[in-house]
Amino acid sequence: MSKELRQQFDVLVIGGGPAGMAAAVSAAECGLRVGLVDDNPSLGGQIWRGEAANCTSEAGEWAEKLCACGVELICGARVFHQPEVGTLLAEGPENCYELEYRKLVLATGARERFLPFPGWTLPNVMGAGGLQALVKSGLPIAGKRVVVAGSGPLLLAAAAYLHKHGARIPIICEQASWFCLMHFALALLPYPPKIAQGLSLGRELAGVRFVANCWPVAAEGEETLEAVIVSRGNKREKIPCDYLACGFHLVPNVELATLLGCRIQDGYVTVEDFQETSVPGVFCAGEPTGIGGLELSLIEGRIAGLGAAGRAERAKQFCKPRAKLQKFARALDRAFSPRSELRSLALPDTIVCRCEDVKYDRLKPYTSWRAAKLHTRCGMGACQGRVCGPATQFLLNWHPNSVRPPIFSTRFENLIAMTCSPDGKHSAVTGGHG
Amino acid sequence: MPEPITVKVDGRPVAVPSGSTVAVAVMLAGIACRRSVTGEQRFPLCGIGICFECRVAIDGRPHCRSCQILARPGMEVSTNE
Repeated sequence: MSKELRQQFDVLVIGGGPAGMAAAVSAAECGLRVGLVDDNPSLGGQIWRGEAANCTSEAGEWAEKLCACGVELICGARVFHQPEVGTLLAEGPENCYELEYRKLVLATGARERFLPFPGWTLPNVMGAGGLQALVKSGLPIAGKRVVVAGSGPLLLAAAAYLHKHGARIPIICEQASWFCLMHFALALLPYPPKIAQGLSLGRELAGVRFVANCWPVAAEGEETLEAVIVSRGNKREKIPCDYLACGFHLVPNVELATLLGCRIQDGYVTVEDFQETSVPGVFCAGEPTGIGGLELSLIEGRIAGLGAAGRAERAKQFCKPRAKLQKFARALDRAFSPRSELRSLALPDTIVCRCEDVKYDRLKPYTSWRAAKLHTRCGMGACQGRVCGPATQFLLNWHPNSVRPPIFSTRFENLIAMTCSPDGKHSAVTGGHG
Repeated sequence: MPEPITVKVDGRPVAVPSGSTVAVAVMLAGIACRRSVTGEQRFPLCGIGICFECRVAIDGRPHCRSCQILARPGMEVSTNE
């Protein structure tokens, strides 16, 4: 039985990436009691994974500020339910936390969009950010051949990281067209730091083959991955490799915001001037409001932290740079949204839902996510549709339309905490997933 | 370089760099984290605790996302739980 730990905060921040760290520091510097919950073993989110302990890095500087202003850190715990307004439940490795808040900041980040193609369930086919995260977590990569494919700036960042750690990158396949990429490059002109980042990635990847209009059509291998077939124009090319690092840009993590009733539009959480969502007292910052990258996340985090602390006047200075970076976010979305040809990657016998092994031809007769869930169990497994949801949204134009607690698979003893609090106030929750 | 640490994956000792996650130990052991409902071998996909493909039992506790948990000396990891 896990212990229940009850804590109270003026401002509670969910997510320890750049947006969450900036929000927590900004609120705590106003003298408030601030808590920060993150599901990773340490701070930094995905972009700063493993960097927060290095005090000379930007991540390390933020981590130091967090400690200096007394933010209470709860790492390795994930929020799974809000039994009543003002209280969240989070599951840690040993404990179940009951976290009470006056104001809440959601900084839940993003994940890669995965699109199914034949062979994508083979061992060593991973996300681009996924493989990078595993290498940051200790996986040796030196000497391995890694095909990097999919879409978005993350491909270049991941490839540069893997290359630096000794991986051989035979090809980087970007599904976007050269036309889209040129447009995106022009949209970068107002952002000198982004241009500098791009040029620096270019230097790190000097000599690595980068091909636009190119995507994987199959991963092949007996027991494990042996080669990737990529499509370029009318040609197919077989590239032997040890890993395929493949992700099609990013999708925001909006499950918690949805559970809390925040308004979502076009997949993103809508926010007011000071990052407040449609639910009073609940703020949102970073990728869930639009995929905009590090700088925008830091600015939105600061604004959200100050907004949650009731110091909106101090946040005004950040509104102009935010508006500029939001344009960049829109340019990202335009350039790296998946092209329609990718809809034909999944063949009738390609698994779409990896948790329940539901193949594409079983999904086609249904007209909605809900109907497919009921009849095929697509999206009903452990990941709760986090992988196949965005995939079927793209393939079949379905919209995952409901989020139910618990929003993450949760241990049984903590489900009990979900249905009855010590004071017996919480309502019973009997449902699984409909 | 900090000393590597050793965990057991299905009873087999595996050394990983200090600071590694359990997922890395399972990958280095060359063992699938789990079998899918139709019996396919599955290894980590997302690396960030979203996809649940890397779930294993750690010290008897089932369904742990191995990519989110740091390896500690003497940990007993069981796949296909």
